[in-house]
Amino acid sequence: MERIPILRMGRFLLVTIQVDMHDQLALTLQDDLTERIVKERAKGVLIDISSLDVVDSFIGRMISNIAGMSRVLDAQTVVVGMRPAVAITLVELGLNLAGVRTALNVEKGMALLQGAAP
Amino acid sequence: MKETQKSSLSAIIRKHEGDILAEWSRLQSAASSRRDPAQDAEQRTVSREFLTGMVQALGAEGDVDIRGASWSRVRELLGELSAARARQGYSPSETATFVFSLKQPLFARLRAEITDPAKLADEFWSATMLIDALGLYTTEAYQKSREDVISRQQRELLELSTPVVELWEGILALPLIGTLDSSRTQVVMESLLEKIVSSGAELAIIDITGVPTVDTLVAQHLMKTVAAARLMGADCIISGIRPQIAQTIVHLGVDLSQVTTKSSLADAFIVALKRTGSRIEVGTPVANGGAVVTNGAAA
Repeated sequence: MERIPILRMGRFLLVTIQVDMHDQLALTLQDDLTERIVKERAKGVLIDISSLDVVDSFIGRMISNIAGMSRVLDAQTVVVGMRPAVAITLVELGLNLAGVRTALNVEKGMALLQGAAP
Repeated sequence: MKETQKSSLSAIIRKHEGDILAEWSRLQSAASSRRDPAQDAEQRTVSREFLTGMVQALGAEGDVDIRGASWSRVRELLGELSAARARQGYSPSETATFVFSLKQPLFARLRAEITDPAKLADEFWSATMLIDALGLYTTEAYQKSREDVISRQQRELLELSTPVVELWEGILALPLIGTLDSSRTQVVMESLLEKIVSSGAELAIIDITGVPTVDTLVAQHLMKTVAAARLMGADCIISGIRPQIAQTIVHLGVDLSQVTTKSSLADAFIVALKRTGSRIEVGTPVANGGAVVTNGAAA
């Protein structure tokens, strides 16, 4: 079955979404990620969605949920590289991803995580 | 019976074409307050073509329905004329007078040629219908070309009014001028987000000094733009809030607490510089009177 790879970088986990997100994939990612956060005792999660050019309300809520779950498991979530069209869509859908930190690219997102988790 | 009537109108026009043309042109010049020999000559040419076209259209089938195929040449002529006059700033009645002033010379000829009162009344009626239809068509064409001008200007305004400028490395400024509506907000939002991607800027200052009024709708549009920029990882500062607008925002109950707001662009710029870790130092004035700029840790 298709899965989104989760990479470990020190104390952080890196998720790069490079395929079209469909609902089952998002649910699998949610399961995998929470498992890994606990297993690796990760302090931060970085989700790169720069290749994602279509989102719907489900995927938007999924991202927001993942951030919420990570926070409960004591890991900060940073979403990086969101495209303008995706950002506009999410805002029009009324999903402001409150509580999710954002950055322009992976580099800036990593800096943010490192600054946040001493 | 009807056929012969219709063709008699075209026959009369053809017979007296020169006379009608001369009188018509004289009436047109009398009705118009503009004096321009070049335009008069052009008007004569158009008038002649129009009459010829009318005779042809009438002659073919005696057809008085101007939407018909035989009138396409006349419609085209009137369309061009109306568009040209709309551009030159003629009023709608001046434009329509071109057609309506044809009535007098045409009716005079009809009266002279036709002796039978019943037939004369019939001819008058069909000629009136025809000229009225042509006149209305002229006004419609005039209106349409004016609307084209307006929509073109709106488009141009939309393109002109949304520049995104890079104030500093990593700091963008978006000076908004004019009323914000949904379509403009869309353009503003898109151009800002595109610029954030291309420049990699983390801070954007939205300056609303030039926005005349801020109501709940405008505030909502602004909040959307800020939210979208935040989703991409850039922070927004709203500046240029005038005292009057600050009062309106509070009276309307608009919540801007999620956004950093500053009263002037200068204040917003200082905040932005601090956040990016740059600072401007004011040193002793040099020849060109400039300030000394250093890049480094925030003061």
